[in-house]
This record gives sequence, C-alpha cells and structure tokens, in this order.
Amino acid sequence: MKKIIRNVAFGLLGLSVSAASVAGPAEDRSAFQKFYENRFPDTPLEDFQNGVYSILPSAREQWEAIEEFPPYELAIERGEEIYKKTFANGKSLASCFGEDGAVREQYPHWNKERGMVMTMELAINECLEANGEKPLKYKKGAMADVSAYMSYNSRGQRINVEIPSDDPRALAAYEMGKEQFYTKRGQLNFACADCHMHTAGMMYRADTTSPALGHATSWPVFRSKWQSMGTLHRRFAGCHNNIRANPYKAQGEEYRNLEYFVSYMSNGLEYNGPAARK
Amino acid sequence: MDRRSVLKVAGAVTAAATALVALPRVAFAAYSDNAFKQKAGADALQNAFGASATTPSDQVKLKAPDIAENGAVVPVEVETDMEAESIAILIKENPSPLALTADIPAGTKALVKTRCRMGKTTQVTAVVKSGGKLYTASKEVKVTIGGCGG
Amino acid sequence: MSSIRIKAKDRKGLVDVKCLMKHDMETGLRKDKSGKKIPEHWIQDVTAEANGQVVFSCAFNTSISKDPYLAFAFAGKKGDSLKISWKDNTGATDSAETKVK
Repeated sequence: MKKIIRNVAFGLLGLSVSAASVAGPAEDRSAFQKFYENRFPDTPLEDFQNGVYSILPSAREQWEAIEEFPPYELAIERGEEIYKKTFANGKSLASCFGEDGAVREQYPHWNKERGMVMTMELAINECLEANGEKPLKYKKGAMADVSAYMSYNSRGQRINVEIPSDDPRALAAYEMGKEQFYTKRGQLNFACADCHMHTAGMMYRADTTSPALGHATSWPVFRSKWQSMGTLHRRFAGCHNNIRANPYKAQGEEYRNLEYFVSYMSNGLEYNGPAARK
Repeated sequence: MDRRSVLKVAGAVTAAATALVALPRVAFAAYSDNAFKQKAGADALQNAFGASATTPSDQVKLKAPDIAENGAVVPVEVETDMEAESIAILIKENPSPLALTADIPAGTKALVKTRCRMGKTTQVTAVVKSGGKLYTASKEVKVTIGGCGG
Repeated sequence: MSSIRIKAKDRKGLVDVKCLMKHDMETGLRKDKSGKKIPEHWIQDVTAEANGQVVFSCAFNTSISKDPYLAFAFAGKKGDSLKISWKDNTGATDSAETKVK
C-alpha cells in the first residue's frame, strides 16, 4: 500500500517537474534558503549550521558552555583509533579515505555506475567489507565514532551536493528525498516540513524545533538525550518514532535520498561536525 | 576505559596518591558521606564547613540556565571576587543536595565550572566560604521533559 | 590511556584549566535491563597540582554529570607542569599530566 501511494505521489511530482521547466532543484534551494532567511532575519546564513542554537539565545548559552569541552571529543579519539587500526589484510580505513579521512565534502553524492546516492557511512562500511572486515551498525557506536573523526578533520569544508543533469535517476532520487521531507506521516501526521519549516522555532511541549536549513552540516552528533553519539540516520529514525511513524532502515534508499535532498538544500554551508546537541 | 585498566593505573599511581594524601592540605573539600549524603542542604553545609548559617550576597556570581536543555547535563558556574577559601554548589531537589565543594588555595581564582544533574525543577545555590562565613546566591533552574525525544 | 583530558592555557599569568574525566558517575538509582539496581560508582575527589603544589581540589556527589567537566584557574604560566588526579568511591584512582600551553 505504502509503495502504491509513494509511486503515485512520485509520479505526480514527476509530472509537475516536467510541466514547469523553471522549477528545478536550484530553484527549490533558493526558495528554501529564502524562507529561513525571512523567518529568522537575525540569524546570519552561516549560523544555521548550529541548528536550534542559531535561533534560540538561551539554549545557545548552554551549548556554548558544553562546547568548552564537548563530549564528542571522546568520540573523535575513539574514531581515530578505529580509523588507524590495521585490518587483517594489512590495510586500514586510511587506504580508502586518505591519511586523515577528511572526505566529508564528497558526500552525499550520486553514483552513476550504481544508480544510487552514496553517503559517507555507507562508504565506510563498503571499505570495511571490501577488505574482509565486519561492517558496522549505522546508527551509533563505532560507526558514529569513526564518522566523528572524519567529520572533525573535514571541518570547514562546504556542502557541495551535485545533481548531475545527465542522469535523470539522480533527479529522481532528489525528488524522492524531497517527497520524504514534505509528506505527512505517522499517527501524529507530521512531515519534516511541519516541525522544521512551517513551525520551525516554535515549541512542541518543551522543545523548540530547529530550522531544516543547516540540518545536514553537523553530523554525527552527541545528543544529551542519547548520552551517546549518533548518526544522521539515527536521528531520522528517532524523529519518525517520535511522530509514531515506522522508521525506514538506516542507509536504506529512503534515508539516503532524504539525506541527498536535505544536504542539497544546505549547499554552501560549512560542515561543522561532530556537534553537541540537546 | 574498563575497570581492569583503571585498577592497573591505580596500582601505578598508588605511590603518588599516598604522597598526595600526605601533602599538607585543607581537608574541607575532601569527600565524606557525612556531608555529601545528607538530605538537607543545611546539614550538608554544617558537616562540610562546620557552619550552616548563610547570608545572600550579590558578590557571589552564579551562572546557570533558566530552563535546562537537558537535566542530565546542566552547566553551572560559580565565581566571586571575594577572598574565598571554599566554594560549594547545592541542588535543593536532588536526593542529596550537596553536589560539589572546592578548595581555593591562595593564588587560585575563586571560580569553578561544572555540569550537574537535576532530577526536576529546583533551586540551585552557590555557596562561598569567606572569612569563615558562608555567602550565597541562588536561582531556580527549570527542568522539563521535552517533546522530541527519540 | 588516562580517563582525564586536560586543556590548560596561560592567559596573562592566570592558567585557564578545563578538563573532562571519563567516568559513568552512576547514581545508584538506575536499574539495568533485568531490573537490577546498577551500583553507585562516582568520582569523589579531584586534585590538581602544578609544579608539585595543590592548586585546586574538589569533592563530588552523584549530582555531577557523567563524564565530569571541571574548569578552574590558578596563578601559573606556560610550561608549568599540571597534574590532575581523581579517586572514586571504589578506591580506584587515575591521573593525567600535561604542560600548560
């Protein structure tokens, strides 16, 4: 049933894209960024990388206190150990990603040969498996630690997601991600856009929702709530659980395409992970 | 870090630790169940500092959020320009309110920053011992259960 | 490897110290998956010495967060040797040393 609804909506979106030749991803992004600039005029564009702290001064103070010595520093250390550990075959993650793993800006990207969106965490596991090592779970633990190390070394790189015009499947993946973002779901019938766009900055019980602009910049994250590190897909699943929707599989097609869309929307912003969040 | 390695380290630093204990030092800040497991703040202060009478003072600077982002990790900061021997932090609604005591030797700034756990909305009190007397500053820190867990 | 991470910076004769100590700081109130109480386990005493003198010391109860953070400042300078040690309720200890930057 889900698949039917998805494909119908998908088809509708496809129709609308081809009918209005002006409305493409670039225009989407422009409108997206403009929305948040208008909604939060006091927040400099660069600052959206700091999530809710870019719009809530009282929370920002606490975050800055945590940043004096953030808990994710322990994860970076663990990540470095994992990154430099030699595999049974003599290689290491450095063989795939270079000496310091500063490859954040390369992800997510469209892989033409395989016809899919590649994310950094997926690439990490493919490197491990290609070298005869056990793959890691995608949401927390060692994967989050290694991602923290690589993201830390990549700080300052800018999001630069491309949707190659010579492969219509890339646009389709983007459109699916976009559909994920705007589709209401779950018992609470919320879309990402409801909390993080239309009512961004407003309160849901005792939480203020963050703007979706900048959402892709700061992963992985040490969440006080989790008291541990987590990846972007861990948070996607968590959010879906919160609105009582069945979450998708971490690093499955839906979340990778959602990551593709959300990252593209933040093109130009700096990667500043790992980060500390509430 | 697992316990085994901690204990190995403990073995290695035993000599140093013993030397530490032997150094002449003001004993106020040393941990004692007597002070830190008291249910009432006044009793805790009595057992920690030998006094429980306190005077509010605006020279005691307490920095803590109005609404804690997360009750498990609440940044708390205490500072004063007074000549301070010790600093303490009390968290009223916690099972045992005395969270921290610190010794301020000569040459050390009267400042301490840490992160505390708060089970619920509570009054946080900074205590400064100066000239044998206790001075305080308090504020309420709200602790909420948020809407977006997961 | 030590559980203590230290950042110590000389700011015009006052050394700014920030440290993070990896420790569960179990309150003794939590229960594990089988319903059994997780025993209390927390850092009780922390001592900082610079060039052999105690420059700061403090005591905690379980109200201090997991992976305790501590910041303080003492009269000192770049190149000073700073050692931070802790002792927890089981008698276990740990320490770390660094040079003030």
